[in-house]
Amino acid sequence: MARLTVPKTYKLYIGGKFPRTESGRSIAVENLHGETIAHICHGSRKDFRDAVESATKAFSSWSGITGYLRGQILYRMAEMLESRREEFAAAIQVTQDVTVTTARKEVDASVDRLVRFAGWTDKYQQVIGCANPIAGNYYNFTVPQPQGVVVAIAPTTPSLLGLITCIGAPLCSGNAVIAIGSDEHPMATAIFGEVCQTSDLPAGIINLITGSQQELIEHIATHRQVSGVYAANVSKKTRTAIEEGAADSVKRVRCVTIDDDAWYDNSRVASPWEIEPFVEMKTIWHPSSC
Amino acid sequence: MAMDSTQETPADWEYSPAPEKTKVSIEPKNKLFIGGKFVSPKSRSWFATINPATEEKLADIACAGKADVNAAVLAAKKALPKWSKCGGSVRAKYLYRIARRIQERSRELAILETMDGGKPIKESRDVDLPLVAQHFFYYAGWADKLEYAFPGREVSSVGVCAQIIPWNFPLLMAAWKLAPALACGNTCVLKPAETTSLTALRLAEIIQEVGLPEGVVNIVTGAGDTGRFLADHKAVQKVAFTGSTEVGKLLMRSTAGTGKKLTLELGGKGANIIFADAAIDQAVEGIITGIYFNQGHVCCAGSRLFVEESILDEVVQKLKHRLRSLRVGDPLDKNTDLGAINSQSQLDIVQQYVRTAIDEGAQLHEVHQDRLPSKGYWCHPCFFTDVQPSHTIAREEVFGPVLSVMTFRTPEEAISRANNSPYGLAAGVWTDKGSKIFEIAKKLDAGIVWCNTYNKFDAASPFGGFKESGFGREGGMQGLRPYVQLNNKNGGLL
Repeated sequence: MARLTVPKTYKLYIGGKFPRTESGRSIAVENLHGETIAHICHGSRKDFRDAVESATKAFSSWSGITGYLRGQILYRMAEMLESRREEFAAAIQVTQDVTVTTARKEVDASVDRLVRFAGWTDKYQQVIGCANPIAGNYYNFTVPQPQGVVVAIAPTTPSLLGLITCIGAPLCSGNAVIAIGSDEHPMATAIFGEVCQTSDLPAGIINLITGSQQELIEHIATHRQVSGVYAANVSKKTRTAIEEGAADSVKRVRCVTIDDDAWYDNSRVASPWEIEPFVEMKTIWHPSSC
Repeated sequence: MAMDSTQETPADWEYSPAPEKTKVSIEPKNKLFIGGKFVSPKSRSWFATINPATEEKLADIACAGKADVNAAVLAAKKALPKWSKCGGSVRAKYLYRIARRIQERSRELAILETMDGGKPIKESRDVDLPLVAQHFFYYAGWADKLEYAFPGREVSSVGVCAQIIPWNFPLLMAAWKLAPALACGNTCVLKPAETTSLTALRLAEIIQEVGLPEGVVNIVTGAGDTGRFLADHKAVQKVAFTGSTEVGKLLMRSTAGTGKKLTLELGGKGANIIFADAAIDQAVEGIITGIYFNQGHVCCAGSRLFVEESILDEVVQKLKHRLRSLRVGDPLDKNTDLGAINSQSQLDIVQQYVRTAIDEGAQLHEVHQDRLPSKGYWCHPCFFTDVQPSHTIAREEVFGPVLSVMTFRTPEEAISRANNSPYGLAAGVWTDKGSKIFEIAKKLDAGIVWCNTYNKFDAASPFGGFKESGFGREGGMQGLRPYVQLNNKNGGLL
């Protein structure tokens, strides 16, 4: 008799822990033949609020450390993802209609994307900040500072590369991130928590929720502790809902529409101009005299 | 012997009147500026603008209706293709011309600004106008160098910009909006605040004088409805607004899902933090500049003063002494420190806040006792002590010459109390200790942090807020960002 398998239920990743959703709901993940291969949590509004609380508490532990150290931790995440390449490639390949080669290509690009953002942590400030030559005896300079808690709404595909790109941009500048994984292809998000957990990342800096993006949109847009929203490939209706909800606490919103190939283009999705929407520019004056 | 700065001046030295006597002519009826021409409003509606220092009517201003706004937006749309393609160096030269003409007509503009808005002539002459000219000079030079501001990107214009500005720095806000927009190849429809339209229309004359192509800048005067028609217009691709947080939120909702780019410069409740190791006399000057500049009609005003507990008595004594010496009155007098409150409705708001503060238990110090003119809108500069963080006066923007004084014991407490506000526009820190000043500056959630100074402005210095004080920057290299599309070499717009 064939061995009876042990199917896994992937849990949420909130505050450095793996809780099951408080809502007691789960979703079956099927392979291309319609067979259930795992279950994932169907996260709720309450799970999201818990994630915001964890992220808010953790923010200073990430924004307060040096860019150099953040870079090493992001690089550590790349190392951990590298060692699990096959697991991610298999998860993508069995649930999405792609070849093994394509799945591996996406995972490799995801590792490289983390390396890319690891490098930006102590450099983007020099690209988008500056010293200002004002007409008077003052030192005056403009420096970026992270906003706080940013919610990343990942695209349907590429489910891992898109997720990591949407997390990476706000993360590398020192924001705490809550990512809502792809509804259709949640496996990459579900497994990614295990990479985060083993990467020296302070608890609560990355939080991952799976389930239904649509169900959470209104709560994300109107939660006052959320500073920014980075949404990829959402419908016009969803975009309108996010932008309307954001008004109440003047959130920063960035909605992008990016086709599958463009996610592989670093200059398109991993430049300082993707980091800039989730930092605040601070200008500091000081008189100069004897 | 050390001077005691709280000592009374022995002799009674009154200032003689020093009025600015130059006469500035004002058209009785001021039309809209659309497609390079001054045109009567299709709405056939006009409203009066008055001098808030005398309550005398200065002129009638056209009230732009929907059809007028539509005509202005269409003029801007028509002018866009040529203007956006005419080349950065051509745009630069037009902006340089505007800057020069502003300098050459600065006296007229300063007087008009003071008559229409109530601010002291010494501020409009020495602060507003020099900054207006500098802003055009500064952005003129960027027009042909935009690609250097955005490494790795190709730059193009956004399109037709709707720009809505407030009454506290009328011409300066017009410059902040127009100069970067034009440098980046956009065309504009500007709506000044209804109480202060005159200098913007004088700028329209300058725009005609320098031969700026028709329709590149259009100016529609009117109140809130005019602004709403403008922001809602389908052909508008970018909305830039300076004003209240309440209206800013309405604009976020009305532009949601439209794809219009938006920048907001909204309210503030600036924290001005004074440590015991600061140069106290200088810090007291900084408090005065921070809250009483422009009658406190300043979104970045240092309206919450946090004083280290051990020096509270000293600071309050010096503040009282300094307040007595402020001259409040005729804005056209060159010795005047505080002019008129901009309008009756703003005066009502300020007075309501003062009453609320008293009702809630704060202690009013209205040491300034000079007699105020019988006509016009006036408010004695004042401050409150015994202010609790929960008091209305400590939380809400007053936009008048009213200061809340509070204390702290540790740097951590100062930071947490300063950041305990939905606003995050500006803050000040006073200490002679270098490492402390940078640590505090780093931890304050504010877009501008003035260290050992306050309320300084420069075209090269970005201005704008964190949190509910809005987003986007005006001034400096970062001030270009709201007015460009960044194009990736492999395709795609940002």
